[in-house]
Amino acid sequence: MPAIGNNQLKLLEKLCNACSVSGDEGEVRGIVLAELKRHVESVKVDTLGNVLTQRIGSGSKRLRVMLSAHMDEVGFMLVGNDGEGLYRFEIVGGIDERQLPGKSVLVGHRNIPGVIGAKPIHFSSSEDLKHKVPLEDLRIDIGTGETGVKLGDRAAFATRFQRNGSVIMAKALDNRLGVFTLLELVKNSTPNIDLFAAFTVQEEIGMRGAKVAAFTFIPDLGIAVDSTPALDLPDWDGEENTSYNTKLGMGPAIYVADNDTLSDPRLVRWMIDSGKASGIPYQIRQPGSGGTDAGAIHRARSGIPSLSVSIPHRYSHTAVSIAWLDDLRNTYALLHAALLQLNPALLHSERA
Amino acid sequence: MKNLIQKLTETFSPSGNEAAIRAVILDEIKSYADEIQVDALGNLIARKGSKTRNGMRIMLAAHMDEIGLMAAHIDEHGFIRFTGLGGIRPLNLSGGRVRFMDGTSGVIGSDRLSDLGKAPTLDQCFIDVGANSRADCPILIGDVCAFERPFIDLGNRMIAKSMDDRIGCAVMIEAMQLLKTSPHEIFFVFTTQEEVGLRGASTSAFGVDPDLGISVDVTGTGDTPRGSKMEVSLGKGPAIKIKDGGMLSDPRIVSWMIRTAEKAKIPCQREILEGGTTDARAIQVARAGVPSGCISIPTRYIHSPSEMVDTSDVQNAVKLLVALVSSRVAL
Repeated sequence: MPAIGNNQLKLLEKLCNACSVSGDEGEVRGIVLAELKRHVESVKVDTLGNVLTQRIGSGSKRLRVMLSAHMDEVGFMLVGNDGEGLYRFEIVGGIDERQLPGKSVLVGHRNIPGVIGAKPIHFSSSEDLKHKVPLEDLRIDIGTGETGVKLGDRAAFATRFQRNGSVIMAKALDNRLGVFTLLELVKNSTPNIDLFAAFTVQEEIGMRGAKVAAFTFIPDLGIAVDSTPALDLPDWDGEENTSYNTKLGMGPAIYVADNDTLSDPRLVRWMIDSGKASGIPYQIRQPGSGGTDAGAIHRARSGIPSLSVSIPHRYSHTAVSIAWLDDLRNTYALLHAALLQLNPALLHSERA
Repeated sequence: MKNLIQKLTETFSPSGNEAAIRAVILDEIKSYADEIQVDALGNLIARKGSKTRNGMRIMLAAHMDEIGLMAAHIDEHGFIRFTGLGGIRPLNLSGGRVRFMDGTSGVIGSDRLSDLGKAPTLDQCFIDVGANSRADCPILIGDVCAFERPFIDLGNRMIAKSMDDRIGCAVMIEAMQLLKTSPHEIFFVFTTQEEVGLRGASTSAFGVDPDLGISVDVTGTGDTPRGSKMEVSLGKGPAIKIKDGGMLSDPRIVSWMIRTAEKAKIPCQREILEGGTTDARAIQVARAGVPSGCISIPTRYIHSPSEMVDTSDVQNAVKLLVALVSSRVAL
C-alpha cells in the first residue's frame, strides 16, 4: 500500500489552504498544473477552466477511463459595499447559514483577511439567541485601508490545515482530498488503460465543468473521485444511527445511487471485487441525496457508464472538516488496484 | 394485448435495474426490428425501416423503468430503511408489499405514529422481509425493490402497478408489430431511468439524433371525486400533450397529431398537465434541438401500486401512433 509521505502531506496542505470558490478556481488550478507538468507531457486548460490531461497506456485493447475530481469549494461572493470595509455577500454552493457568524474568511485573489461579524453575547437578548441571523443581516468586515477588494470577488473560509498524527482538519476537504488522490493516480497511472484526468470547476454549483470535460474526452467509463460527509456520530438517545451516509475509518465510499446518478452496476461490482481481491477496506455509501461529477459524466453524449468513489469526512461544507488519512490512503489504493485490474470485458455484458 | 400488458406490468424493474423488463420487451420485438442495440445506459433501441426520400428519422420513446425503493440501512434487528427511486409517495406505502431483484419479498411498515390520521414520512418507513437480525437479512445496502401487485382486468379498465410506463411500452410494441409500411426510419426506444430524471432519454436521443421525437407516457386525469382540475378523462381517447411541467410540445406536432386522429376517426383529448414531464422533454433539447411531442395514456392513481387505465384509450393510442408514422410527415 502506498504511504502518504511528507511530500504528499505538504501537497495536501497546500491544496487545502488554497482558496478556490466555484467559478474562481485559479489558485488550486495553479497547484495542479505545477504538479502535473512534472509528470505528464501535455496538459490543457479548457474554456471553463477545467484542467485536462491524459496518460496513454501501452497494452492492447485499452479502455478510455475518465477520472474526475472537482477543484472548487463552497464559499461566498461579495455583492454589496456598505462602506467602511463592510460587504454584503451571497453564498456560493451549499452552506448552512448558521455556520457563518464569527468565521474568518479570505477575500479576493490577494487573500485579504476578513471576518463574518457576529453580535457579542453581552448584547444578545435571550430572544436573539434562539434564532439564526439571516444572511441579509450578515456582513464580511475587512476593515478600511487599501484592500483592492471589489464586488464579485469570492471569499473562502480562512481555516488553516492542521494534522495530528493520522487525522487532518481543514476547510475544503471536499474536494481537495479528491484532487490530491487524482494527482497521485495520474503520477502512478497503470499502463493497461488510457487515463483521462479532469480536475473540474463549478461542481458545487451544478457539475458544470464535468459536463464539458466528459463531452471532450468521450471516455468508455467515468469515475468521479469526491468527498462525502460522514454523519457517523452516535444518536443522542442511544438509538441505532440509521442515516450516517458514511463512517470514518471504513474506507472509500462506493456509490450505488445519489440524487444525480444511479451508478453503473458493472462498475460497482468491479470496484467491490477489486477491494475484496486486494484486501482494501471499502464501504457502500448510503443511497440518497447529494451528487458528484458522475451526474454530469454519465449523461454526456450518448451515455457513459459511471461511478463515484468518495473519501468520507465529517462536518462537510463548514469552516473546518475532519478526515482520517487511512481513508485517504485506502481510497487511493482501491482506485489504483481497480484500474490495474480493469479489463475491457467489464463492459461486454449489457448494463443490468 | 392484455396478455402483453399483464406480462409487462408484472415484471420488476425499478430505475437503473431495467435488465428484466428489457429482456421481456426484447423478446416481443426482436422479430419486428431491423436492428437492435442496447446503449451504455441500458436503453433498448430498435430500428424499423429505412429513411426514404419522403421520410424522417423518428424517435419514439416509452420508459421501461418504474418507481421503486432502495435499501439504505439494515438495522440490528434486520429491518430495512430505504430511500425512494423516483416519485415515491409515503401515503401509498404502509402495508404494501415489495419484491427485491433477487426475489425476496417484504412488507412495508412504519414507526408508531403519534397521529394515525397522517401518512408517515419516508424515514419513518421500513421494509420487513422476515429477518431477525442484520446477519439474517438477505438484503444489502443498495439493493432495490418494486411494488408487488398483480394485474387486474376489469374489462373496459385495467389496474396494475407500473402502468407508468409499461402501458407506453405496450403501445409501442403493439404499434411496431402492426406497422406495415412507412417512409420513415423509426427508432423504437425503450428508455431507462426516466423516473429519476429522463436520463436514458437524454443519452439515447443524442445517440439516435432524430429529426422528430414522440414520447408515449401516462398522464393524470381530472375525472375522480374532488380530483385535480384537469380536462383529461379515462375513456375519451389518448391525450395529445400541449404542455406539461417540463415541455412545450412543438405546436406543429400537436396539430399534426390532432389532424391525423380526426382523419382516422380516432377519439383524442387535448392535454395540459401542470406538473410532471416525460422523455419528450429530454429529446426536445438533445443536440441542436428536436421537434417533439407526446401521446399520453390517461391514468388514474399514478405512482400508486394500482394505476388504472382505460382499455379503449390504449387501443386508440396504438391506432393513432401507427397512423402517425405510416405516412409522410409535413410539419
